[in-house]
Amino acid sequence: MDVVYYLIQNMLPVGISLLLVALGGMFSERSGIINIALEGIMLFGAFFGALFVLFVQKSGMGAQTILLLGMLVAAISGLLYSLLLAFASINMKADQVITGTALNMLIPAVILLFSKMFFGSDGVTTNISFYIRKIPILGDIPILGPLFFQSTYLTVIIGFILLAIAIVLLYKTKFGLRLRACGEHPHAADSVGINVYRMRYAGVSLSGILGGIGGFFYSVGVLDGNISGHTGVAGFGFLALAVMIFGQWKPLRILGAAMFFAFLRTLAYSISLIPFLYNLGIDQNYYKMLPYLATMIVLALSSKHSRAPKAEGIPYDKSQR
Amino acid sequence: MQENNSKNKNKLNIKSITKLKGFSSFTSALLAIFLGLAFGFVIMLIANPGNAMAGFRYILVGGLGRLGDVFYFATPILMTGLAVGFAFKMGLFNIGASGQYTMGMFFAMYVAFMWDLPGSSHWMIAILAGMIGGMIMGFIPGIFKALLNVNEVITSIMFNYIGMYFVDMLVQSNGDMYNATLTRTRYIDQGVQIPALGIAGSNVNLGIVLAIIVAIILYITLQKTTFGYELKATGHNKFAAEYAGMQGKRNIILTMVISGGLAGLGGAFAILAPSAIAGSSMTYEPINIIAANGFTGIAVALLGNAHPLGIIFSATFISYIQRGGTLASLVGFKPEIIDIVIAVIIYFSAFAMIMNSAIARVAKRLVGKKNDDEIVEEDIIIEEDVIVDDNDNLTKEAE
Repeated sequence: MDVVYYLIQNMLPVGISLLLVALGGMFSERSGIINIALEGIMLFGAFFGALFVLFVQKSGMGAQTILLLGMLVAAISGLLYSLLLAFASINMKADQVITGTALNMLIPAVILLFSKMFFGSDGVTTNISFYIRKIPILGDIPILGPLFFQSTYLTVIIGFILLAIAIVLLYKTKFGLRLRACGEHPHAADSVGINVYRMRYAGVSLSGILGGIGGFFYSVGVLDGNISGHTGVAGFGFLALAVMIFGQWKPLRILGAAMFFAFLRTLAYSISLIPFLYNLGIDQNYYKMLPYLATMIVLALSSKHSRAPKAEGIPYDKSQR
Repeated sequence: MQENNSKNKNKLNIKSITKLKGFSSFTSALLAIFLGLAFGFVIMLIANPGNAMAGFRYILVGGLGRLGDVFYFATPILMTGLAVGFAFKMGLFNIGASGQYTMGMFFAMYVAFMWDLPGSSHWMIAILAGMIGGMIMGFIPGIFKALLNVNEVITSIMFNYIGMYFVDMLVQSNGDMYNATLTRTRYIDQGVQIPALGIAGSNVNLGIVLAIIVAIILYITLQKTTFGYELKATGHNKFAAEYAGMQGKRNIILTMVISGGLAGLGGAFAILAPSAIAGSSMTYEPINIIAANGFTGIAVALLGNAHPLGIIFSATFISYIQRGGTLASLVGFKPEIIDIVIAVIIYFSAFAMIMNSAIARVAKRLVGKKNDDEIVEEDIIIEEDVIVDDNDNLTKEAE
């Protein structure tokens, strides 16, 4: 039972980070823009979040307050970075995949350059612990307590709150309906007076905010508040895209998909704790490949009847009917 | 009726672009390079204002003193650039060149270390093995795309990671290849290295010559063969190509296999090359990081407008500023500055073409107001030219 608790406790921070980034990708694609730059946006948010933590960690603020403020910083920086994608793909009608690739390549180089020149290292190293051993009262609930409210991070709770907000925003508001219309049939949306360009900007911006937060949460929950330009976020932005496709662009399904991948990854990194798997003597690199291989298998099975937004990836041009 | 009108408009626009195409792709590449370098300079000013000028001068002219090295390091990115560019022609985005490159490198290393072959056949077969390794890695996204409708971008990204972990694992578990104390692969025997061209002060080797030959073969394939024609047709409009009886699925797989093979060759050229220390070769360090040369290949392909001959020049250029970037560390900068410049170049080259044609259109409209009739005539003439060209192609195919 302890192993199960351990796996779930370690899975949640990883899964939440994947979930938020995948939700970001969902908003962007639902508005019609393929956001392959999520990896870069995550790294950008994580970098500025960690930089903020580095500057305020000695100011005497509580760790959880710093986490919340760092989250804001990460969200804003993610938003700003995503505007580069929005400008290129909405105003300039550039190829969205190529632009995204450029943004992914840009940010690790910037981080490495500045970190090497100013800190003499590959990234930002902070010295603060966001870890929560046990949340009062909630942590004492049998079974649920150890699973969700012990040995955890604040990020997990925030992540579920953001998920709820995302569901309401997408399905219960006028805005969500309009956003989805722009991803399915922008010309029809335009004909009833929706500003397609503005909705797409909104979709990409939301993905920037969620991507930035997701990146910062990755740094908090997986890397102990540090971030390096060398290893970055280890392909989580790309995994998030796969999670989004596996989740068929729907928030709750994305939650399930994100947790599935997070579980596989946690499993891969805690093989030595599980005697049964450890005794099999399989090279640990196989387990490291597992999340990516599982992604491919899942995509192979689910892509045949994919429900991708119909207009995604196509720049909107008013004059083309 | 309205629909007809708008279609006509599109036609005219396309024509005005095709008319300027060669010229405009050249100027848009120049524009992207200029913006990339300017952005790099701004970053340098922010990072270290005092040395920015000196560093920037290194980037611009530093490569001149090391032309041998420029070609030496241009070889692998020329191949990955060709790989990405070839897939572009078909409308596929092969972002997996890194994985294919790494796999090619491993296959070449495997033949170099584990097989015993006579004389110079050894390095030739090692190169071929590299190509096969890349082909296998290219085949996978091709199959996924053609048969299962999985986007090749996602597949090839995933296989970048899978290939990298796989190769790292195989290298680390092989004592003949891997030197655990140095955490690198051992040096490849001199007999298996690609022969150097013997230019003083650099290790530039036969690899660059082979790479250029491959580029020329690709150019001929694209321009003069049925396969090349089908490929480009599918890239322009996949439904029309299908309707005309071209086998889209077969072509997707074939394109990805060839593209992967090209990237694999790049890996073989890189690892089998002699290095700066006499008698040594390049080595591979299995540290779970995806090969950067694959991504640089995207920049190379975009800058060269996916044209095999253009890619020769863009690879040389990128390698040139990379040499300058390493020299810029003499005044306190880090070579990453060039990665920034390259990323910005990709960003702008994604829409530089549109900026360019917009400028051209505005310019044309200004001229057009004065002599409208002439332009209409010109358009008609161009159309005839195109038809003649097509006929030429068809007759050649028939032969």
